Amino acid sequence: MKLTLKVWRQSGPKEKGRLVAYVLDDVSPDQSFLEMLDDLNRVLVLKGEEPVVFEHDCREGICGCCGLMINGQAHGPVRGTTVCQLHMRNFKDGDTIVIEPWRAKGFPVIKDLMVDRSAFDRIIEAGGYVSVNTGGIPDANAIPIRKEDADLAMDAAACIGCGACVASCPNASAMLFVGAKISQYALLPQGQVERVARALNMVAAMDREGFGNCSNVAECEASCPKLITLSNIQRMYREHVKASWKYAPREAREAAG
Amino acid sequence: MKLDSKVPGGPLETKWQRHRFELKRVNPANRRKFDIIVVGTGLAGASAAASFGELGYNVHVFTYHDSPRRAHSIAAQGGINAAKNYQNDGDSVWLLFYDTIKGGDYRAREANVHRLAEVSVDIIDQCVAQGVPFARDYGGLLANRSFGGAQVSRTFYARGQTGQQLLLGAYSALMRQVHTGKVKLHTRHEMLDLVVIDGVARGIVTRNLLTGAIEAHTADAVVLATGGYARAYYLSTMAMASSCTSVWRAHKRGALFGNASWGQIHPTCIPRHGDRQSKLTLMSESLRNDGRVWVTKAKGDKRHPREITEEERDYYLERIYPSFGNLAPRDVSSRAAKRVCDDGHGVGPTGQAVYLDFADAIRRDGRAVIEAKYGNLFDMYKMITDEDPYELPMRIYPAPHYTMGGLWVDYNLMSNVPGLFVIGEANYSDHGANRLGASALMQGLADGYFVIPYTIAGYLAGTKLPKVKPDHDACRAVIAETKAHIDRLLALKGNKTVEEIHRDLGQVLWDYCGMSRNAEGLNIAKKRISEIRAEFWENAKVVGRNGDLNPVLESALRVAEFLELADLMVEDAASRTESCGCHLREESQTPDGEAIRDDENFSYVSAWEWNGVGKAPTLHKEELKFEFVTPSVRSYK
Ligand SMILES: Cc1cc2nc3c(=O)[nH]c(=O)nc-3n(C[C@H](O)[C@H](O)[C@H](O)COP(=O)(O)OP(=O)(O)OC[C@H]3O[C@@H](n4cnc5c(N)ncnc54)[C@H](O)[C@@H]3O)c2cc1C
Ligand code: FES
Repeated sequence: MKLTLKVWRQSGPKEKGRLVAYVLDDVSPDQSFLEMLDDLNRVLVLKGEEPVVFEHDCREGICGCCGLMINGQAHGPVRGTTVCQLHMRNFKDGDTIVIEPWRAKGFPVIKDLMVDRSAFDRIIEAGGYVSVNTGGIPDANAIPIRKEDADLAMDAAACIGCGACVASCPNASAMLFVGAKISQYALLPQGQVERVARALNMVAAMDREGFGNCSNVAECEASCPKLITLSNIQRMYREHVKASWKYAPREAREAAG
Repeated sequence: MKLDSKVPGGPLETKWQRHRFELKRVNPANRRKFDIIVVGTGLAGASAAASFGELGYNVHVFTYHDSPRRAHSIAAQGGINAAKNYQNDGDSVWLLFYDTIKGGDYRAREANVHRLAEVSVDIIDQCVAQGVPFARDYGGLLANRSFGGAQVSRTFYARGQTGQQLLLGAYSALMRQVHTGKVKLHTRHEMLDLVVIDGVARGIVTRNLLTGAIEAHTADAVVLATGGYARAYYLSTMAMASSCTSVWRAHKRGALFGNASWGQIHPTCIPRHGDRQSKLTLMSESLRNDGRVWVTKAKGDKRHPREITEEERDYYLERIYPSFGNLAPRDVSSRAAKRVCDDGHGVGPTGQAVYLDFADAIRRDGRAVIEAKYGNLFDMYKMITDEDPYELPMRIYPAPHYTMGGLWVDYNLMSNVPGLFVIGEANYSDHGANRLGASALMQGLADGYFVIPYTIAGYLAGTKLPKVKPDHDACRAVIAETKAHIDRLLALKGNKTVEEIHRDLGQVLWDYCGMSRNAEGLNIAKKRISEIRAEFWENAKVVGRNGDLNPVLESALRVAEFLELADLMVEDAASRTESCGCHLREESQTPDGEAIRDDENFSYVSAWEWNGVGKAPTLHKEELKFEFVTPSVRSYK
């Protein structure tokens, strides 16, 4: 296949970026999108030019490193897929493909197609855990969990933190990511003790990082490579409302601090 | 040099308890006086760093990823073993210990493996308490499945994303400690060297991947949890950034390297499709619970799989290994696949593949059941190959997947360099010559949550260490060496990319030091590796500069180390003329291709000492004594 790629090149966080066109003559339909970019980079490096920087590691759709806007769609045209699992057979000979980084205030560009997603870690740091120390724990079967609840928790926990939800949302909202984590713990008995504080603190952290609010556009759900559903955002809202109603004075102070 | 394994005396079942009692402890109020560096945030590193933080130490944790959650452990699909006997099928700590020792072909230390089996039980409790959503039965209790090489169901799983969920559990524990301030997280920092002062590990030198800054960090102990090096083969199931830099540099600073050539070849990977492929994708071994492996009886039969009748198929694993069948251990299954393909029975366009067929299982249990169990794996397969495994059998072939080799450690998980601890896949221990499925996750978390927190205290409490700061002369010297190394790489202006050279190296290792080895091939490999290394230093092309985000330089730094490690892998394979576990020496097999182990001469761990590039390393042997089990011939027939 012969393809024209229009790739976002930006040499640093403070530099101005622009789209640069490259032509690749010999793309195999069996290649993954990232392998196609590897080929482009090989050509660039041999010419002595700097390769296009993009983030990737597992190339199995699970680490959450990769993430690009392809023709305006997060992770490209196929539903429920990461870029590393997207294969070139989904494109046609002669296509022009526009490749850009995630765009959101909470995800500043580092270089070319790579962005800084450390805001996600800071949101987890604010309460995305169960506070247990190692050891001295009851037997794992001591607390039975309904299979339906465990499955729902797993649906939420499947989030890979790639950031597609933020990138595809017109409000750059991180609510699918945060909602998924809050839901996972809200659905499990282990998460109950810190349920209220978690909801308040994680939502506060999300706001601090400059992510927008959900206005039900549902682009996040459509672009999520792990098919995480909007119901997690609804659950997050419910958790947050209940929490603010119940514990507003103290927790809100904590969250604000 | 005498290798002291520090295995405590007494009965096997009580060794660890006794050792824990005898180890010195650090008083809670004093822990804040100690700094610990942890490199790596996979299961091993994240669980260790979180546990150290909980205990009150000052922890500095490093990863080259943007977030600890991206560590390669995230990719593990199938599950984690633990001897819970929840299924009442006769499992026990002893049986898990026995299976692991036997699976490793009697090339691991008994005491370590027993401890692993013992603490496996606590790991599941710990993860459940953290909110890891393991699969459950309808009664609300934990579900289990069985994995290659085991005749009981002891594998816990979270869909096909077990590694992900366990890692997210450890990561959340880690982030909780980051929040308390006990753990300082350094992301996008790559460790490039170890600092040894007066024979003791005291720090590391890192490169900030965004700015290129080279810095030293000092501590009272250094823990490497940097994973395996199967990327040496270029094509492997490992994540692209997986490297050997940390362990190799530590080796060059004096740490012995154990069993360097032992890497596991996983039997169920999607076969390679072409020359420009960057990596191979694993199909979880759990598929072998329901999939049946077959090839055509006739050679070169290229018909559509559904046109081939039952009589025309060879279910070779069920035929050769009736008691384990499709669940035969990984090394056995991988070699059997290679043999049938080498004999001309392989399927698919390249003939380098066998079928993994779910038609019977779908007929028996219905599509919905199979979909619930393996849906995401089937989707993944379809995405990559454009074929629907509900309709057609999958095509699979073995691929490099895991490395049992790594830095030599004693029972305390400390290397021979005092103060340098090595945990998880980065050390050589526990799996012997072959790892059983679902045992790496178990080992990573056992080391991080339940072993090193105690053994490091023993070291810190029992050692007088002067404080050192990053401006120490030794740190400056290592920084200067690192900078010179980088300058040398940046000066390479040849006409081959680093990836192309890495690919050449990988092909040589795969051809001659892969699924089977022989003396002649290993000699060829040795010669080829030094040629490829020379080519790298003459003809590689490295663009960009240091003071910037530079992926070409990152990759060159990693490949430069693989090119040296490869020598040791070959040397190690050549020195062991027996077959054991994943290491099949063609000179040592039965006429029908079963491995022949030689306990008389090779019941030892190879621990190699570095003597310089291109110089022969020195072999030290840790003799393995089997006091509690009697090594037997590993037969799965
Ligand atoms: C596809 C796949 C599936 C698997 N499935 C299973 C399974 O089902 N069950 C099972 O038990 N095992 C499985 N394994 C094996 C298992 O996942 C690994 O052995 C295990 O997760 C390794 O954990 P670790 O903590 O030792 O290292 P890793 O998870 O590899 O972590 C290494 C860490 O070190 C960091 N690092 C490395 N070098 C440096 C450096 N120089 N500087 C800074 N940081 C560095 C990395 O950033 C990373 O954080 C699988 C492996 C693969 C590849
Ligand atoms: S590279 Fe890991 S999800 Fe794509």
